[in-house]
Amino acid sequence: MAERRGVCLVVPEQGGRPAKRGLEFEPDYQLYASLQPFLLCDPASSLSDSEESVFSGLEDSGSDSSEDNNNEGEDEISCDKGHSRTEGQAQTGSPGLRTEMAKASSQDEYQEDSSDEEDIRNTVGNVPLEWYDDFPHVGYDLDGRRIYKPLRTRDELDQFLDKMDDPDYWRTVQDRMTGRDLRLTDEQVALVQRLQSGKFGDVRFSPYEPAVDFFSGDVMIHPVTNRPADKRSFIPSLVEKEKVSRMVHAIKMGWIQPRRPRDSTPSFYDLWAQEDPNAVLGRHRMHVPAPKLALPGHAESYNPPPEYLLSEEERLAWGQQEPGERKLNFLPQKFPSLRVVPAYSRFIQERFERCLDLYLCPRQRKMRVNVDPEDLIPKLPRPRDLQPFPTCQTLVYRGHSDLVRCLSVSPGGQWLVSGSDDGSVRLWEVATARCMKTVPVGGVVRSVAWNPNPTICLVAAALDDTVLLLNPALGDRLLVGSTDQLLDAFTPPEEPALQPAQWLEASEEERERGLRLRISHSKPVTQVTWHRHGDYLAVVLATAGHTQVLIHQLSRRRSQSPFRRSHGQVQCVAFHPNRPFLLVASQRNVRVYHLLRQELTKKLMPNCKWVSSMAVHPAGDNIICGSYDSKLVWFDLDLSTKPYKVLRHHKKALRAVAFHPRYPLFASSSDDGTVIVCHGMVYNDLLQNPLLVPVKVLKGHTPTRDLGVLDVAFHPTQPWIFSSGADGTIRLFT
Amino acid sequence: TGGLEKKNSATNYITRNKARKKLQLSLAHFRRLCILKGIYPHEPKHKKKVNKGSTAPRTFYLIKDIKFLLREPIVNKFREYKVFVRKLRKAYGKSEWNTVGRLKDNKPNQKLDHIIKEQYPTFIDALRDLDDVLSRCFLFSTFPRTGKCHVQIIYLCHRLTVEFLHYIIAAHALRKVFLSIKGIYCLAEVLGQPIVWITPYAFSHDRPTDVDYRVMATFTEFYTILLGLCQLPPLPVAQPPLSTKARESAQTEVKAREDTYALDSESAMEKLAALSAILARVVVPAAEEEAEADEFPADGEMAVQEENRRKELLAQEKHKKLFEGLKFFLNREVPQEALTFIIRSFGGDMSWDKSLCIGATYDVTDPCITHRIVDRPGQQTPVISRYCYFPGVQLPPHLSPFVSEKKGDYIPPEKLKLLALKRGEDPGNLKESEDEEDEEEEKEEDDKGDGDEEEEKDVEAGLEKNGEAHLAALEEQRLEEKKPRVMAGTREAKCLAIMMRKKRERYLYQKIMFGKRRKIWEANKLAQKREAHDEALRSEKKAKKARPV
Repeated sequence: MAERRGVCLVVPEQGGRPAKRGLEFEPDYQLYASLQPFLLCDPASSLSDSEESVFSGLEDSGSDSSEDNNNEGEDEISCDKGHSRTEGQAQTGSPGLRTEMAKASSQDEYQEDSSDEEDIRNTVGNVPLEWYDDFPHVGYDLDGRRIYKPLRTRDELDQFLDKMDDPDYWRTVQDRMTGRDLRLTDEQVALVQRLQSGKFGDVRFSPYEPAVDFFSGDVMIHPVTNRPADKRSFIPSLVEKEKVSRMVHAIKMGWIQPRRPRDSTPSFYDLWAQEDPNAVLGRHRMHVPAPKLALPGHAESYNPPPEYLLSEEERLAWGQQEPGERKLNFLPQKFPSLRVVPAYSRFIQERFERCLDLYLCPRQRKMRVNVDPEDLIPKLPRPRDLQPFPTCQTLVYRGHSDLVRCLSVSPGGQWLVSGSDDGSVRLWEVATARCMKTVPVGGVVRSVAWNPNPTICLVAAALDDTVLLLNPALGDRLLVGSTDQLLDAFTPPEEPALQPAQWLEASEEERERGLRLRISHSKPVTQVTWHRHGDYLAVVLATAGHTQVLIHQLSRRRSQSPFRRSHGQVQCVAFHPNRPFLLVASQRNVRVYHLLRQELTKKLMPNCKWVSSMAVHPAGDNIICGSYDSKLVWFDLDLSTKPYKVLRHHKKALRAVAFHPRYPLFASSSDDGTVIVCHGMVYNDLLQNPLLVPVKVLKGHTPTRDLGVLDVAFHPTQPWIFSSGADGTIRLFT
Repeated sequence: TGGLEKKNSATNYITRNKARKKLQLSLAHFRRLCILKGIYPHEPKHKKKVNKGSTAPRTFYLIKDIKFLLREPIVNKFREYKVFVRKLRKAYGKSEWNTVGRLKDNKPNQKLDHIIKEQYPTFIDALRDLDDVLSRCFLFSTFPRTGKCHVQIIYLCHRLTVEFLHYIIAAHALRKVFLSIKGIYCLAEVLGQPIVWITPYAFSHDRPTDVDYRVMATFTEFYTILLGLCQLPPLPVAQPPLSTKARESAQTEVKAREDTYALDSESAMEKLAALSAILARVVVPAAEEEAEADEFPADGEMAVQEENRRKELLAQEKHKKLFEGLKFFLNREVPQEALTFIIRSFGGDMSWDKSLCIGATYDVTDPCITHRIVDRPGQQTPVISRYCYFPGVQLPPHLSPFVSEKKGDYIPPEKLKLLALKRGEDPGNLKESEDEEDEEEEKEEDDKGDGDEEEEKDVEAGLEKNGEAHLAALEEQRLEEKKPRVMAGTREAKCLAIMMRKKRERYLYQKIMFGKRRKIWEANKLAQKREAHDEALRSEKKAKKARPV
């Protein structure tokens, strides 16, 4: 056995797998038997039977080797046995027996197989033989002598000659343990060939024997086991009983229900077979059916007309828009043929959005505004029927070098006075646009007012913190003289009362220029206005506090402050044309004071941010207010303290408003450079509301420095209107 | 806080959460219930009042609606189903397969018939709402059979849509078709109700992730039942398009022809889906024709109306038989289902290559094929003897038949041409103007002595000049409208009057005028674009001409 292990078969020409494994795996006794003599008659070692005993002479040194030997002996015997048995088996052909035999033989094999068997011809042990490559020997024999490698002097030519000459060359292999050449026997060659071709090493073993079941399919007369049946096979199962009772309980309790019979009615049938034409929707009447989807337009076509395709910029704009804002929810595209039209990637999303619309969106019936825009324009009387009113620009009064803040017309209508930022007051002849007089005052003239009394020829002008009273010395000499006389007739009282303003006489040279009196205040004056009789003069000061409004009496040269408390910044004041009222416009409202009773009679709420100007209708029952938030408010004092009408005609802030003293006209001027003349008819019948119709938009002034028309005044007798603008001109429209 | 005190509009509304609590439903069930019952939120007139002074965005439902839901038996079904699912999950978790089987046997099923009857008391009502139904079913029928939605629903949608198409074919109810980039829009008229639906092109979808398929599935469940119930009622054809008899006949036919294809049932379904088969149909009852022949002795105006109506009917009849007797053959690159449906519903016969799809009725070599529809870039084998033969020719733009331009709208010149054609010719002969399907494909016309077809082409060429003239006239008219035609005097008066408008009227007026101006601006923009395009084309043509010389 040991020898068999030690041999490593290398077949030079076929170069097959190592035979060692095969040998180990499938013990072939015959081969083994045949190998043994071959090993024994190894020419190099020239071993004999006796020598074998020499090998086994080790028995003295180790007990296991003796065992080995014993085993070998036994092996021989079992081998023989195997031979005989196999022959017998071949004769009987009984498979059962054969397996048994195989078992027995394998047992034998393991008996003789020992782990420590080794090649005792070479005692180097189990080391790689490459270690001896550089030595002349391959190991040591039992006596410790070197086993020399056979001389390998033969060169390739010799080898070739050997190959040619030696008929057994192909079966010669080298024993690596000893370095000698071995010649394989026929049996060994046959074994190698069988193994190479994947067959069993044993020639006689047939792998294709018919399989025989352990138990046959036939019913035998005897049972396989003769065990008596258990008791439990006769007794009903408790577990099952428990299960059944549990089920019964569950059924009783209704936990388990029997299978419901299948619904035999068809799922689709004629639902509307008996239609009730009067059937109202099961719900209330407010149900709104879902609106249908919008139908596609030309742009959605796969091949739209070229104008529906988006240009590059439009495409970019489309991409930047929010999806909800887009007018089209897709990009129009053009395809040359239907074949190349791809799937629409948002198809599912769009259907889903429709779902959401259907169940999440509130539905409302929206009345489509089907109004002709013409119907929205109110039907007004034709302007032609409301004539006369100023329609076109006739005269331009040039002379001022800066914006003209204010203007006033003489009560006779012949003269015009204007104050400007260039520090002068100019007097004009209305009919010729000729500048009759220029009074340099040396400061911004904020307000001018011609005395409305036709017997007095006097002009009040607000300059910084003084009010100048000028006698223009125009027109009737008599009139001029009487005015001067009137002013000179004043005799100062014995004890001068404490006054909020000082009255100063003009100096001689000032008198030359026309100045008569100077009323000086502590604060700048913003507005000056006359009472209709021409004796009283109201002044607005630009201060905070109760002394914003002062009233001066010309004949007695007295001043008084009528209010004890302030109600906000006063913008302008006006005397009522026929009743003892004083109207004070503060920033947000207009107060009407009774001067005799000294009480507040009315407080008008114009609902504006900042009132800029105010005018009173000559009849006295209506007031208009202009405001900086470009509104014109008309109050009917008999009607309410709320505006009767709010007109938003101008685009920019209103600067001045005015009523015509005779004709039913009023005008407003604004920073947008226009003057709008409206027809404002007030009826004597108290039940009829005033009729307000815009009749003319007068354009002429050019806005400069964001200021347009700063003041506006009507001619006292003619339907003419004067306007002064930021462009330094005064214009007359007739 | 007595109920009597606040008898105002606030008591009419209820927030969604409160409604949910009142119905004792989860949000998902509430949503489902709303979808099935067609309940939608309402916008109160005074939102702040209803919302107790808060301006938070809240959804309000009408209290009447919620009370209406309170009595709904389907709510109990929801609860049953919830319990069923819970039990089933438990049984699965415990691996009690017996219980699972038993539970599945007793799966609660809900019927929606009563809801449909309630929402649509009459058949016409149901038909009116069929737009959404069809679009959704056509979409679902194109879904893959594996995936998020139940396969049965997809099969059902497919079956129902096929049956519907068969009905439309049989009833010749198709009126308009439009090939958009989104899909194919069709308009059919059933019992006088226009029904529009959109079918996606036959490609696989890329599944969007921002879509709640449960909501879609709930809608689809409702819609399938509605569509299924709409199939059978007494339509004028008097017979459901897919009677069992028809189904059988189709099945036997398939068996006889191609028994190697697939399972019988499947192939029968596919065969039906191919739409090419002419289904067995009961003869059209004579009642319809009689109804048409009715005539009333009428006086002047009525007579004119009657005349118009009769003319219209006549045109429609002609329109229905547009392709009668013509035989079409589809090349494989042409969308088969859509074209088959369109051509069959106008009375033509269809076939295609056998290898392309099941249901081919005749071969390419059939000598009686009159038209062949091709959509290929390369030159086909030219048939020289044919006149109307234009493979690879650039088609004129395809216009939407759904648009009816009003006065002042921009009308593309192609449409003007069509309109002129329509007016010039008698409407029956106007094939191209009425139907878009002719324009959509390059067409090889294998006409057998189809003389009037050529004639029509000539006539068309002649009419083109008329069309141009008319176009110019219309353009002029449009431009004229734009012009300020108000005279100076009245204009000023108008300006002054405009100043006197009330605030509300002013806003309305401004809105209207803005809308008008925008409309004009848009029309002008389109016209300009078109002009620029035409100009570019012309210059290109000139350059081309100049080059060879």
